[in-house]
Amino acid sequence: MDEKVLEKLKILAESAKYDVSCSSSGTVRSNRQGTLGNTVGGWGICHSFAEDGRCISLLKVMLTNYCIYDCAYCINRRTNDLRRATFSVSELVELTIAFYRRNYIEGLFLSSGVVRNPDYTMERLVWVAKDLREVHRFNGYIHLKSIPGASGELVRQAGLYADRLSVNIEIPTECHLKMLAPEKDHKSVFGPMRSIQQGVLENKEERKLFRHAPRFVPAGQSTQMIIGATPETDRDVLSLSSMLYQRPTMRHVYYSGYVSVNTYDSRLPVLKQPPLVRENRLYQADWLMRFYQFRADEIVDEKNPFLDLEIDPKLAWALRHPEQFPVDVNKADYERILRIPGVGVKSARLIVASRRFSRLGYYELKKMGVVMKRARYFITCSELPMQTVNEITPRRLRDMFLPPAAKKSDGQLTLPFPTDENT
Amino acid sequence: MVLFVYDYSFEGLLTVVFEAYARKRFPDALLREGCPLPLFYDEAITVLTDEGRAGRVWNALKKKLSPMALGCLSQCWLSEREGVDLLLFRYMRKTIDARMSIETNFADPDVLALSRIWKKVNAERIRLLQFVRFQRASDGTYFGALEPDYNVLPLVVDHFKDRFADQRWLLYDIRRRYGFYYDLHRVEEVTFDTGDEREQHLITGLLRDTMIADDERFFQQLWKAYFHSICIRERLNPRKHKQDMPVRYWKYLTEKQP
Repeated sequence: MDEKVLEKLKILAESAKYDVSCSSSGTVRSNRQGTLGNTVGGWGICHSFAEDGRCISLLKVMLTNYCIYDCAYCINRRTNDLRRATFSVSELVELTIAFYRRNYIEGLFLSSGVVRNPDYTMERLVWVAKDLREVHRFNGYIHLKSIPGASGELVRQAGLYADRLSVNIEIPTECHLKMLAPEKDHKSVFGPMRSIQQGVLENKEERKLFRHAPRFVPAGQSTQMIIGATPETDRDVLSLSSMLYQRPTMRHVYYSGYVSVNTYDSRLPVLKQPPLVRENRLYQADWLMRFYQFRADEIVDEKNPFLDLEIDPKLAWALRHPEQFPVDVNKADYERILRIPGVGVKSARLIVASRRFSRLGYYELKKMGVVMKRARYFITCSELPMQTVNEITPRRLRDMFLPPAAKKSDGQLTLPFPTDENT
Repeated sequence: MVLFVYDYSFEGLLTVVFEAYARKRFPDALLREGCPLPLFYDEAITVLTDEGRAGRVWNALKKKLSPMALGCLSQCWLSEREGVDLLLFRYMRKTIDARMSIETNFADPDVLALSRIWKKVNAERIRLLQFVRFQRASDGTYFGALEPDYNVLPLVVDHFKDRFADQRWLLYDIRRRYGFYYDLHRVEEVTFDTGDEREQHLITGLLRDTMIADDERFFQQLWKAYFHSICIRERLNPRKHKQDMPVRYWKYLTEKQP
């Protein structure tokens, strides 16, 4: 451990930071005699938050940022002129353990550029995980990136040491992936995904017979898609993620707004800023699919292939379907209450639990945390026969929900000069 | 106005419930022992804490409430908020009087208020799990200082005992001047005489050069470097940064030290 490690850490964290996933959820594993650490499951623990507002739960680094591929969207592509470094296995292991003991992290998120060939790289990743688990008896969280194109045997081995494996799709449609990353295809992504899934299902059967059979990827898998680098619609993105969520082991699909890293490449759009609002709306839609029992084709359809950037997808759905409202909170099913804009999972549960005692009114709902500013137009409760979405009409309601237009900051009067089209 | 004066402990509060039912007099206010009495009142009843009576009340509550709600009760006590004792008293009284458990009746203002306080206490507990940072002392003990808003240190001890079972650690609450020390076998509550010159880390929360392990500074430097490298400059979002990691925790966070 010396100054060189410090430099390497800086370089390799810089290279790894565009990977979104940083969750440590999904496994509950208490400490065993002679081991270090545990995992708490549930939501995981975020130990810190970087200045961009993203959580730091795991030590997210790359083993190396040398890469034989030349993917246009990636900062580590081989044609980029940037500082390169490689961790040795012992350095990385020591770093992880030291950080973990000081309660800085929940565990390790390890990814890598591809050196020589996918199998060679994957082998190195597995080596780190194996060393942590077997030599240092590390019992914390390990998330390994499965290298596209690595052999199934190595993925199987990785799964025995890691809590979560992930393979990134990066670009939602194959033709655009081919355009930006000629060396990759969807087969090399979905192949490992399928073998992880297969391994988990086999392991489940095995553990029915032998209770102490080692667990295989207990926290399932995740993946990531880049948003805004290629012209896909939100409908493409969401239908792909809904397809992925139907698979038994997929826990989370991450969306990463494209940050213009390789501005010289003409295949990529030049963005002044990453598409943060679109990314946020996609996460909201994703949330609707996972926790609010929405289907992808309800959120976006042929007529509206893109999400509305100005209002959230749940409200947008409600405004497209005024015939579903108003909902009577004292009588309706949980599923229908969940669809009211302004009612979240928690408040929906509170409503269902408390209405057994007494009828609920405006005041009680507000106290429970329902956002009445939105919900009032979509419900009937014990007292108020009010103007609902049907009386006001969805279009006017939408205007009411729009954020107030940003004020002109300079205070200068602007005169409407005739433009070219008008003259 | 009926006042009950008690020693401001949780057992004391349970005894107050017992006494109130025994005398059929219910308090309008609860007072801590030694506090000046208000100018006008009808009756002030001093309650002596009695473990047996407190236990009987607790057993009665056990019959009516789920373990979850019981945990919620005792954790809300740790919030040490002004007036939480009277709120807990009303909650317990409603529980005892009701035919069935009231714990899911969130239309009741007391039940809702209690669940809100519990949410805050639990959030503070989770923040301890997140933001405690250990520093390694030269004798191999890991020292972590904290200053939580609520008295939640006892709630996180089990987590740290499980996680760091093979290292000695000391978690110290600087505001309340007590801590827990784990000696590889069991956890003990400890207090120190903070007047001592050598014990300055119990006030500042940071180990001094004479006490710190040799490589500790280097690991802190590594962690700071990592913290700065992982941030994507194009996406800076200071508002969210402060929302998720409130400034009051920065004092003892390694990555926020200059």
